[in-house]
Amino acid sequence: MMSLTAVIVNALAAVVLIISFIKDEKKTWKSLGVALKSCIRILPIVLVIIIFIGLLLGFVPPDKISRVIGEQSGFGGVVITAVLGAVLHIPSLISFPLAASFLTVGASVATTAAFITTLTMIGTVTLPLEIKELGRKFALLRNGISFIIAIIIAFIMGMIL
Amino acid sequence: MNKDKTKKQKKGMLRDLILLGIFSCVMIILLLVFPNKQEPVIKTSWDFFVEMIAILPAVMILMGLFSVWVSKETVVKYLGKKSGLKGMFLSILFGALPTGPLYVAFPMASTMIKKGARISNIIIFLSAWACIKIPQEMVEMRFLGLKFMASRLLLTIIFVFLMGLLVERIIEWSDRKNSKLEGGKINAGI
Repeated sequence: MMSLTAVIVNALAAVVLIISFIKDEKKTWKSLGVALKSCIRILPIVLVIIIFIGLLLGFVPPDKISRVIGEQSGFGGVVITAVLGAVLHIPSLISFPLAASFLTVGASVATTAAFITTLTMIGTVTLPLEIKELGRKFALLRNGISFIIAIIIAFIMGMIL
Repeated sequence: MNKDKTKKQKKGMLRDLILLGIFSCVMIILLLVFPNKQEPVIKTSWDFFVEMIAILPAVMILMGLFSVWVSKETVVKYLGKKSGLKGMFLSILFGALPTGPLYVAFPMASTMIKKGARISNIIIFLSAWACIKIPQEMVEMRFLGLKFMASRLLLTIIFVFLMGLLVERIIEWSDRKNSKLEGGKINAGI
């Protein structure tokens, strides 16, 4: 059974694809080639994360996890997951099922939000490239302030949800 | 340079495949040692796999289409000169289009700065590119729910605007300080 979101995303892709075909067939084939390549490139890491989620939910008891990153973990838990999100290099698309599995095993909303936000906004692996292209001051300021606002966003999320 | 890029990609692919091999081995060993865990682990992994497969190809097709139709040159052209509130919203909009990973945006941002774009817009553009992408929001909604997605999106937009303005102030302030220092040195030299 497909979820509503999956239906919407697939319908959107189909509509845009048809419009693109009508406008320019050659360009459309080119973009499909790009899409296929990125699918192949992302597939191994998708499988890794999926295995990880299976093992995490199957083996680690929720009370262990929630002690480290659950409601009672407070500020420390949020900072730990924020650092984890900043250091890990996982495509952001896959971070959402991963984050959902965190919630299932008892992580708090705040720690989950911190993880996703730093994972998407901060790139430790791409930092050298960012420094090269945009300068040391710019890159360090952007990543540093992103980390702080990720933690603020996480706490607000924890309060309102 | 292109050759270099494909070489890097191949290396990344190899690393991912090795990682997959390690994870598969760990899973097989664990499931052989704890046979009673086989069913829940495989069921959980399978469910997540099905949900990803239902979304991922469509997301990739959207990204592919946008990366071919909306060229880097177009984005640079539109963002390069717009300023004020309009520039900020355009930065969010262009960043949010479903195209490629963050490192693709760095050279674009660099070109825009050279063309005189405001630092705040570049920060907003990069942040939007990193975490306000339309297909990402859809996947987030699927796995974490509408409320989670919408509140995180709203908060992110607000704070990204503030961050843009803050970083711009800091960089301008430190540039001014530096140029004053250099000016002072020159004066002292005379």
